[in-house]
Amino acid sequence: MTYYAFIGAVEQGFVYGLMVLGVYLTFRVLDFPDLTVDGSLPLGAAVSAVAVSAGVDPYLTLVLAFAAGFAAGAITGILNTKLGILHLLSSILTMIALYSVIIRIMGRPNLTLLGKPTVLDAVTGLGLPAHAAGPLLYGVLAVAAGAALTWYLATRFGQATLATGDNPRMITALGVNTHTTIIAGVGLANALTAVSGALVAQNQGAADVNMGVGTIVAGLASVIIGETLVGGGKGGVGRAIVAALAGSVAYRLAIAVALDLRIGQLSVTPSDLNLITALVVILALTAPKMRAKITGRRC
Amino acid sequence: MLTLTGITKTFNPGGADPVTALAGVSLAIEKGDFITLIGSNGAGKSTLLNCLAGVFFPDAGSIILDGIDITALPEYARAAFLGRVFQDPLQGTCASLSIEQNLALAALRGKPRGLSRGVDPRDRDRFRQALRSLSLGLEDRLDARVRLLSGGQRQALTMLMATLAEPRVLLLDEHTAALDPKTAAHILDLTDHLVREQRLTTLMVTHNMNQAIRLGNRLVMMHRGRIILDVAGPEKQNLTVEALLTRFASLRAGDGSGDGPNGGADDMTDKMLLV
Ligand SMILES: Nc1ncnc2c1ncn2[C@@H]1O[C@H](COP(=O)(O)OP(=O)(O)O)[C@@H](O)[C@H]1O
Ligand SMILES: [Mg+2]
Repeated sequence: MTYYAFIGAVEQGFVYGLMVLGVYLTFRVLDFPDLTVDGSLPLGAAVSAVAVSAGVDPYLTLVLAFAAGFAAGAITGILNTKLGILHLLSSILTMIALYSVIIRIMGRPNLTLLGKPTVLDAVTGLGLPAHAAGPLLYGVLAVAAGAALTWYLATRFGQATLATGDNPRMITALGVNTHTTIIAGVGLANALTAVSGALVAQNQGAADVNMGVGTIVAGLASVIIGETLVGGGKGGVGRAIVAALAGSVAYRLAIAVALDLRIGQLSVTPSDLNLITALVVILALTAPKMRAKITGRRC
Repeated sequence: MLTLTGITKTFNPGGADPVTALAGVSLAIEKGDFITLIGSNGAGKSTLLNCLAGVFFPDAGSIILDGIDITALPEYARAAFLGRVFQDPLQGTCASLSIEQNLALAALRGKPRGLSRGVDPRDRDRFRQALRSLSLGLEDRLDARVRLLSGGQRQALTMLMATLAEPRVLLLDEHTAALDPKTAAHILDLTDHLVREQRLTTLMVTHNMNQAIRLGNRLVMMHRGRIILDVAGPEKQNLTVEALLTRFASLRAGDGSGDGPNGGADDMTDKMLLV
């Protein structure tokens, strides 16, 4: 791998790191398999792209993307809690609906941002070279988001959110309306994902309605890889969040390595990545069970 | 202070086999009452506690707490008044959170939860002191994850959590049934201690008649969704297991639902008398 490919992968790891934090929040904290992210990532991209095109400050568009993503996640939460639709199906419904919404927002399936201002301008303006500015800025944003999520989960409301995923019966008996913690939690997860999408759009110079395909699987793979590397699951929230961000970077590095692979005539193309990622997740999800079977012990 | 009037509950109504779990239960619980609730399996004891806690709503009847009708209040809103301990020791605590985080969650029962710190460091002394009363050494392990504790330790912690924010009524549903005899005895002593110390109004379901007679000031027996016996004071103090069995047999014969006095007594012996 070249130095630039390496830097690029690290940069992507941070950009998508916010999305991975969101997937950690739904999947691990709330125990809520949420496919909304496949729609909220391009939603954030679309909102930011349209706003940037209209002359809004690139940083301000992140706030707009955050709000749009929160609304999308909250709708999934409401479908699940208030209307009693299975969580997975609720999130699929929102994701499907978002496809139409995104095209409405952009007025077409994709929007290019070439030549438009981006969040990076503020950093390159300081005289930093572009290849260093990217990882630095996105790294700072990802770490700040991780720190904010750690803080959130340590608040009274955040602790109730953790308990909602762990033992809903107990936390209800302690006076918490789990509908509220779920709606807020899924909302926040998709807000983070939408900001991630906004950064992706500004970084790639385009927003596309199809750019979210496979987001949930990439997010899950990142979370699982991070837990394997850092050991997030059994440690505290802080450790799990470090693991999520580390996993995001490791996942993008692994993809960069895979794209360099060449087996005889066959080389890996970007379109193979969904298959590879799915295999990685399947392996990671079943490995503990397989190991238990082989060693004859229960996990 | 807590008045239940004509509570009925039928599961699966209009379905293939509807079950009438509560067939009109009325009960007036006085402040400071420590009621032990017994009855054979399926008598409706858990259903009654769940109706009280708002896990589901009764089909008919009303629940009045200190003059306020709480019949239609959702479970989480009712939690402000109620402390609860379940049969399964894993149900009462959060395994992935630490002991102090669990206690902090419980200390806020029924209070709004905003964005201030989840565990207030100023509460730690109070938590330590409460844990010390358990004599399990947990006061030195505030940061330990609850998943590391045994079932008995978790149930002891749940007892503390249920009483930490002074409930108006404490609901215990066979909370020692899943524990080994020694641990069960410890939890029962703890229950008695906490209830006396805080003068808690308590409704405790048990399958153990000796416990039901020994603890509390009032004993209520349910059968097939009805209260068939309600004794208090000296009359309860002088009860014996034999006397209870005889009363149960005759009451059952009286309501015509049993298959004879002996069958009734056997039923009780089999299903309740795990002394
Ligand atoms: N959620 C439920 N759905 C259907 N039937 C139930 C449900 N809960 C309890 N029952 C039935 O109601 C009756 C009373 O149950 P329960 O209150 O649990 O009895 P107890 O706690 O006295 O042993 C039983 O016949 C039981 O099978
Ligand atoms: Mg029961």
